[in-house]
Amino acid sequence: MKRVYDGKKIITGLVLFLAAFTSPFWYNTVFGTFDYVPELKVEKNGKECVKRTSYMKTNHMVLLRFWRDEVVRSGKRIYKKEDGTEIEMSLSGTCLKCHKNKEEFCDRCHGYLGKAPRCWSCHNVPREAKK
Amino acid sequence: MIEKALSGGKSYWLWLLFLCGVTVYGMIFYIQQLIYGLGITGMGRDVSWGLYIANFTFFVGVAASAVMLVIPYYLHRVKEYGKIIILAEFCAVASVFLAIAFVFVDLGKPERIFNIILYPSLNSLLFWDMIVLTGYLILNLILGWCGLEAEKKEIEPPSWTKVLIYISIPWAISIHTVTAFIYCGLFARPFWFSALLAPRFLASAFTSGPAILLILCILLKGFRGFNPGIDVLENLKKTVSYALSVHIFFLLVEFFTVFYSDHPEHLKHFSYMLFGYKGHNGLAFLSWTSIVLSVFSFIFLILKKVSENPKAIFVTLLLLVFAIWLEKGLILILSGFNPTHEAEVVTYIPTFQEISITLGIWSLGALILTLLYNMALNVKEKP
Amino acid sequence: MRRRDFLKIAGLGFISGLFLSSVSFSFKPTRRVRWGITIDVLQCKKNRDCKVCIEACHEIHNVPDVPDPKEKVMWIWTSTFEKAFENELGPLVKETRGSDPVLLLCNHCENPPCVKVCPTGATWKREDGIVMMDYHRCIGCRYCMAACPYGSRSFNWKDNRRYIKKLNYDFPVRTKGVVEKCNLCEERISKNLLPRCVEACPYGALTFGNLNDFQSSPSRLLRERLSIVRKPHLGTLPNVFYLL
Repeated sequence: MKRVYDGKKIITGLVLFLAAFTSPFWYNTVFGTFDYVPELKVEKNGKECVKRTSYMKTNHMVLLRFWRDEVVRSGKRIYKKEDGTEIEMSLSGTCLKCHKNKEEFCDRCHGYLGKAPRCWSCHNVPREAKK
Repeated sequence: MIEKALSGGKSYWLWLLFLCGVTVYGMIFYIQQLIYGLGITGMGRDVSWGLYIANFTFFVGVAASAVMLVIPYYLHRVKEYGKIIILAEFCAVASVFLAIAFVFVDLGKPERIFNIILYPSLNSLLFWDMIVLTGYLILNLILGWCGLEAEKKEIEPPSWTKVLIYISIPWAISIHTVTAFIYCGLFARPFWFSALLAPRFLASAFTSGPAILLILCILLKGFRGFNPGIDVLENLKKTVSYALSVHIFFLLVEFFTVFYSDHPEHLKHFSYMLFGYKGHNGLAFLSWTSIVLSVFSFIFLILKKVSENPKAIFVTLLLLVFAIWLEKGLILILSGFNPTHEAEVVTYIPTFQEISITLGIWSLGALILTLLYNMALNVKEKP
Repeated sequence: MRRRDFLKIAGLGFISGLFLSSVSFSFKPTRRVRWGITIDVLQCKKNRDCKVCIEACHEIHNVPDVPDPKEKVMWIWTSTFEKAFENELGPLVKETRGSDPVLLLCNHCENPPCVKVCPTGATWKREDGIVMMDYHRCIGCRYCMAACPYGSRSFNWKDNRRYIKKLNYDFPVRTKGVVEKCNLCEERISKNLLPRCVEACPYGALTFGNLNDFQSSPSRLLRERLSIVRKPHLGTLPNVFYLL
């Protein structure tokens, strides 16, 4: 077998690095509330969402991006839902008019995942949606 | 080969440490800029580009000027340049890096930089500049690396590098031409709206680039005992003086066209540059400093007495580089934006933070240059 | 075939190709809609201190009122005749009318230099002539500000939300690091409303309409009265006209 130069130093270094690198996981298993899943308050206000809930759960950003490009770049403002009804494509004007509880709806999940969306640096949260 | 970049004495490590320190110092202020916005700089709605873009323009020029050694060495087989051709190529690498870094810190939304690639706009010169600059960076890295490796193994460089060398020559011209096109395509800024801008850029680049290389050679001679050979230094000096004469000539041509024709829109900017406008003559002072330094450098370079005195020529070259940096940096930008569209002068003074970020980027460039040069010289000096 | 014949045929082909291409150019269908604005300079002169249109526009578009003049954000603003038309006016006119107020805004040029230079397509010319901005895409390089000959573009040098006096919840604000400008009330036009500045003017000094429509008020006024545009020699073909 070939000799590894400074083998001890290298191996201790590697172990230390791995320990530091994976520390958040260890921390969470010991102290974290491992099984905590944020509970969303879905206020529907009586209306149907733009698309099925299962689709919106995984793909709301795809729809929002599509809306964004349609309104800004193509100047189209009306979206035809699957059941034929027409709505205005607007984050503040349509989405948040139904989901008035942004903090319990958007922020709770996004905060949990540590994935802050950039929408709100420009788009306003309607007054009634602010708590 | 990388390990060669890291072998050096105590003073070498101290120097690296110093450069790292200044880089971190600059980065602290860049983080502040990221959080607060570009408002921490002295730029504003009228002078919307400043120190960053000035440095960008200058360093694209330094990068392009490697071609002034590549052409004689590879096309005309001037063998003496063999010793420093690698230094020219690595200097180009560091300069392109600096240029890209300066554009990057000038962006208001740096996290969106990939939009340039995601939504390529062929009608924008900035898109083309990104293409040519990254291309040039890669070309010079490959050429420098292959050349050095061949030198280490004492063999000829692989034959395919020949093709890259021939590509790199027009490519070098293109990076500075495209950079000039960024400016001279804008009729909104009569100061830049001149077909002579690209040739002028090239002339001043071929002055400042070889001058910087000469300064570096003199420094390396002092600190490392690296001797590029007296012929090389003499040749480079000639290159600098010829390019400088063309640069001064082009500047005079530009002045003639503007001042003889009396065209009001052009005149407004050029008279602001040289004589001030409505009592604002801070820039005129810088302009005359640059012009006087350039002219005197030219005289010193061709005077035998001065050009043979190593100390005098070192100081001359430093002043010349400073003069060119002023001319194609701040003076170019500020005379372009002032007087504004509403016939006023808005004074631009770079802020402390802006200067700190600039220093940080410079020292990052110097760090890259030091590592690359140390590697090259260690390979060359091996017993 | 002899060489001479070949050259003859090739030449003929070349000339007819040129002819055809020029014909196809001139038959390019004209756009149906070309929005334009006229500004009656005399009305603005009579009501020198009026800022109604500016305030109305800036209020509905959440344009911040930045105190630092260097970092001002403006969609519509005033200047004087001699500054805005520096090279268009003779010296004597400057004496009598040089200090007249002039309303300035994005000219929504037919040939917009800002659009050409944008490296990401964050600004472009719409079919109806509006020069639009996509604030989602702008990287803040400010090339468009250098290219605009009218100073119509403003940059957000910092987070300017704090300078918005009264937030209009129905219109987004702009984040720091992007360029912004007048959008000719694109969001109102789509609802068949007039641009806010035109609507707000208490003196009827502004008109808005389709310049390709013979009947629209701006095209009627432009036929009847003398008008100028800013820096016509640049060939940007502004769609904002000043009635003299």
